[in-house]
Amino acid sequence: MTLKHISTGPSEVLVELEALSKSFDGHVAVRGVNLQFYQGEIFALLGGSGCGKSTLLRMLAGFEKPSGGRILLNGQDIAHIPPYKRPFNMMFQSYALFPHMTVEQNIAYGLKQDKLSKTEIDKTVTEMLKLVHMEAYRTRKPSQLSGGQRQRVALARSLAKHPKLLLLDEPMGALDKKLRGEMQLELVDIIKQVGVTCVMVTHDQEEAMTMADRIGVMNAGEILQIGSPHDIYEYPNCRYVADFIGEVNLFEGRILEEEPAYVIIEVPNLERPIYIDHGISGPGGTRPVGVAVRPEKMRMSAEQPDEQYNWGKGIIDDLAYLGQHSIYHVKMSDGKFVQITQTNDKRRETPFELEQEIFLSWNPDACVVLEK
Amino acid sequence: MRFKFSNLMLGLGLAFLYIPMLILIIYSFNESRLVTVWAGFSTKWYASLLENEKLLEAVGKSLQIAFFSATGAVVLGTLAAFVLARFKGFKGSTLLRGMLTAPLVMPEVITGLSLLLLFVAMAQAIGWPEQRGMLTIWLAHTTFCTAYVAVVVGSRLTEMDMSVEEAAQDLGATPVKVFFNITLPIIAPALISGWLLAFTLSLDDLVIASFVSGPGSTTLPMVVFSSVRLGVSPEINALAAIIIGIVSLLVFASWFYARRVERARLKDIQAMKNG
Ligand SMILES: Nc1ncnc2c1ncn2[C@@H]1O[C@H](COP(=O)(O)OP(=O)(O)O)[C@@H](O)[C@H]1O
Ligand SMILES: [Mg+2]
Repeated sequence: MTLKHISTGPSEVLVELEALSKSFDGHVAVRGVNLQFYQGEIFALLGGSGCGKSTLLRMLAGFEKPSGGRILLNGQDIAHIPPYKRPFNMMFQSYALFPHMTVEQNIAYGLKQDKLSKTEIDKTVTEMLKLVHMEAYRTRKPSQLSGGQRQRVALARSLAKHPKLLLLDEPMGALDKKLRGEMQLELVDIIKQVGVTCVMVTHDQEEAMTMADRIGVMNAGEILQIGSPHDIYEYPNCRYVADFIGEVNLFEGRILEEEPAYVIIEVPNLERPIYIDHGISGPGGTRPVGVAVRPEKMRMSAEQPDEQYNWGKGIIDDLAYLGQHSIYHVKMSDGKFVQITQTNDKRRETPFELEQEIFLSWNPDACVVLEK
Repeated sequence: MRFKFSNLMLGLGLAFLYIPMLILIIYSFNESRLVTVWAGFSTKWYASLLENEKLLEAVGKSLQIAFFSATGAVVLGTLAAFVLARFKGFKGSTLLRGMLTAPLVMPEVITGLSLLLLFVAMAQAIGWPEQRGMLTIWLAHTTFCTAYVAVVVGSRLTEMDMSVEEAAQDLGATPVKVFFNITLPIIAPALISGWLLAFTLSLDDLVIASFVSGPGSTTLPMVVFSSVRLGVSPEINALAAIIIGIVSLLVFASWFYARRVERARLKDIQAMKNG
């Protein structure tokens, strides 16, 4: 099973969004989005509820007319082509199967619109059913299928016409939690097998990271950051992204010293300033900045570290031992909480206890400076 | 306590509703011409009903009008409901919605009178409809039944998952094709109940029909009403008994159909759970 498609070399741009925006009676849902989708990739639009990701997807499908900007397919603007003429197909969150048609008729519906011969349609339907492992359910009605089976039929239906772009709206939204994990990997498998370029929308960061080659994080109608799951997790470019993707500890401070090779930041609630072993780009000068440190990149000790930088003192307020790892909530001197995850790769002679005073420390390269 | 108070009330309510009909049916088998005196069992009123051509003609006309009114109302009402449900927020949509449902609350006398005035004015202005009769009753019934159909179909359309229609468009079907391939089959049950509702409303209407009818176009309720004024004839009882019988049969048939659909649905769900 291939999990991720590793793209080698520069890929071709298939679809490009230029300053795309959409407003509903003065309420802006999508605000000047610039994006490129590459041939063969899975791109996830990730954001909280109401951030405009579905609207963006619906503009791609043609269900919403953009208020401004362009949608370019191989360089040609398709923003005003109606959905039934676009070479894109969508899998809806509710699956939107036709309740009065059998599985087979559902998959054949799009092919029939292209006036294909019966044998051709039959061949493609069989191929698609095989692709999603639903051969045995050919003559069933959607009401006779389970949630997971309906999703497979919906996927087969949207792939049957071999679209240039496959659009997925919250693909796991209608499944129960247990099924999600399996289906995420299987869906990626099928999409990669077909080789179709795919844009999906989700509010679930785990789903986006599992399935997508690249992620675009959205908030309030804008794309905040675009990058691989790794880049977005390790190098968030603003507080919102850092906070939205995974757990993070944010320290607010001021820049004390800024050199091309290092930066020193003073944080009021830490015993020592933060030292970062690389330069940052920014306007320069002392200015308030945020520093993000992921919980798993922090260390905890009962003894005071001897380093000059990058540590603080706190009291364990809450702890959860989860076997593989433990999660600690540490109350800092100013009353704020910091979360730490520690892998239990060694047995500790004396485990940390509630109310224990401990020291937190981290490496200079664990920090990300956030200006926005 | 075997009989609860609520059961008693239910029994009383049902009796209140159905005893008049029961009496009507019983007296349709009365030998005597007098409606209030029982003089032995007889089916002669049913026989004489079959010879009463005026009455039978009225039945035929009423059924015809009801059939065409219901059909016309389903077409118009469905279109109106579709536009209101799917093209929200166009200019004047609120006005159209209000205007469409107004006939539901408008007193029939006013609807009837205004339609009469309209037909008279039209006859004078454009010479059509030349005279009042079946055509004008049909037009009038279609008009007020459209409102009822629009409500029935509209509620089905709003509860229907719109993404199903979008999916069809997404797969390459033009909006017109989507309407006929997807929307209509899905809302078909609502069209049928809308049609049946319109049919009964039209069959039942006395007031509007009286306003817009002309010479030679007497509907059943008009015949019944006018003959009752001359004294109730047991023939009318016989006719009423037949109508009650047919309606009960239809109600029973639709209940049976609905139960079968529901059973099939439950079976589907069961089959799905079993894999
Ligand atoms: N058809 C519509 N009419 C008016 N407002 C809409 C419509 N569709 C979406 N919106 C608004 O646009 C914003 C973004 O919606 P949406 O794209 O559905 O968000 P998401 O999918 O990220 O949860 C929301 O504030 C929503 O209320
Ligand atoms: Mg959404």
